[in-house]
Amino acid sequence: MKKMALAATIVGALALTACKKEPPADIPPPPQGTTPTPTPAPPPSGPVPGTQAHFAQVMAGRDTIYFDTDKFNIDAEDQAALREQAAYLQQYPNIRATIEGHCDERGTREYNLALGERRANAAKNYLVSLGISADRLTTVSYGKERPVALGSNEQAWARNRRAVTIVLN
Amino acid sequence: MALRTFLFAIVISFAAVPAAAQETSAPPIEVPNLDDEGGLTGSVTDDSAWQDLGIAIPAFATNREVPTPANSQGTTALGLELARVVFNDLRNNGLFRPVGPDALPRPTYAQITAPAWGTWQGRAAEMLVHGYVRANDDGRLTVGCYLYDVQLQQELVREGWVVAPAEWRRAAHKCADLVYSRLSGESPFFDSKIAYIAETGPKDNRVKRLAIMDSDGANHRFITNGQSTALTPRYSPDYSKIAYVSYLNGYARIYIYDIGTGRQTLVTESQNPTFAPRWSPDGQTILYSMSVAGNTDIYSVPVTGGTPRRLTTAPGIDVGGSYSPDGSQIVFESDRSGSQQIYVMNADGSNQRRISFFGGRAATPEWSPRGDLIAFTHIAGDLRIAVMTPSGGGMRHLTNSWQDEAPTWSPNGRIVQFFRTARNSGETSIWQVDLTGRNERRLNTPVGASDPAWGPVLP
Repeated sequence: MKKMALAATIVGALALTACKKEPPADIPPPPQGTTPTPTPAPPPSGPVPGTQAHFAQVMAGRDTIYFDTDKFNIDAEDQAALREQAAYLQQYPNIRATIEGHCDERGTREYNLALGERRANAAKNYLVSLGISADRLTTVSYGKERPVALGSNEQAWARNRRAVTIVLN
Repeated sequence: MALRTFLFAIVISFAAVPAAAQETSAPPIEVPNLDDEGGLTGSVTDDSAWQDLGIAIPAFATNREVPTPANSQGTTALGLELARVVFNDLRNNGLFRPVGPDALPRPTYAQITAPAWGTWQGRAAEMLVHGYVRANDDGRLTVGCYLYDVQLQQELVREGWVVAPAEWRRAAHKCADLVYSRLSGESPFFDSKIAYIAETGPKDNRVKRLAIMDSDGANHRFITNGQSTALTPRYSPDYSKIAYVSYLNGYARIYIYDIGTGRQTLVTESQNPTFAPRWSPDGQTILYSMSVAGNTDIYSVPVTGGTPRRLTTAPGIDVGGSYSPDGSQIVFESDRSGSQQIYVMNADGSNQRRISFFGGRAATPEWSPRGDLIAFTHIAGDLRIAVMTPSGGGMRHLTNSWQDEAPTWSPNGRIVQFFRTARNSGETSIWQVDLTGRNERRLNTPVGASDPAWGPVLP
């Protein structure tokens, strides 16, 4: 059963092992009202396969990886998410993606722009190592300019230290 | 507006004393011998010696009440406004205890060069600022400024300026600079401008626009419309251009915005993100940071274009930078040691060495225009503004708040401006503090404000 649904297994494993640099349990927000599915078969009214909306729905939060303070290393949890992203990109070989690097607010602006670049490139390099062509992937750093969690506390900062993969249509 | 129209001339000879003053039996004005005859002389280096000086700043007088484009009510009303600007400059910076024109009697035009000493001694004023404004036939304004020692009944300094009506505030700033410099022994700074980022909207959808204003917040102007995020502006030393970062086409790139033409150009055509722009003191070179495959280094490029020169090669993040006043060295930020610390190198990239060794992280170094200090952001839990010597000694904090960052120096190196971020809301505001750390105040801006960059004193 597990081998029949590799992605689903990864999702399950993530849920069980999320620990040291967790995005909080309620985060990232679930896709709109549908159960993530490892196959590209959307509900009849769902997003078109190969689009950002479909990618976000299928990833179910695994379009984003999270980092520790001032860090940009890809740990096992990130690797699992990136493997799922890579599988999607391999399934739709004509789509391109950009990876956004972000930081929390507790750093200086320019350093955070550089740190966001590092994080986005770390994610990109891992996807490339999984066989995704580098010329399908671009990166952009927003530093601390685009937080998703608005509080000034450890939980919010953990959610904002992230790299988000966006499918370009 | 082109720079050349700002201030037509800095010319008022001693013969330029108000003509009416001479006609109305004011004593003829001799060239005062100021520096060797008692009173306040030379440089006062102990702040407390002059910060408590009582300075009376009554309304500037006018020889003739006439309409002027500078004030719809005419030159008499303009004289009051001029004195208010001088008063607010001196008061708002914690430098003196001035009394402004709204609390003082108005001197006559004749009294500008012959103060009614008894009036001012009775008010316990130690220093007296007098000024006048004349509307010239060509439409421009002549503004004169006089500083008197009330106890000695002696003129300490005078100067005058001819300005276009639209630039009348500059004459008042020049007067405040004259008073400040004469009494403190420091270089002037009021007649200068600030570029910054105006912020509106919620934390997760913040609109950031490039904006400029005078050092006292007047003549505020938005330059970009907010459709793309703008960050970290820096005025060119001659105020003709602003280098800043924009996400104009979706990615961070440095643009050089020409204030005169409104046009902007990329600092380099690279496909890689560029940020943290800085001007060399002579305005000929731009320092910038560029990320290549995630690795950020510092480069320099001639303003006129040409081949960029890579100054750092460390595998870590090397970012920012600030030239020493003579342009020979650059202080910058690097995490090559494992955390953000401050380094100095020669302007060609040679002889890179770390100077910050006091614990915590250290970021955003800015070399004082005087050369004696480096202001930076010290990160140890909170983010605070601090200064140290160029060799890394004498570190001390100037602020103590939750998040203060990105210092920028006043043109005379005596005041540091920075921006403060509020916890949770993320609202930003520009503040400034003097080198004692005691006189801290918030600048008035129309909306939220960050990334201040203070330019030099205008010519």
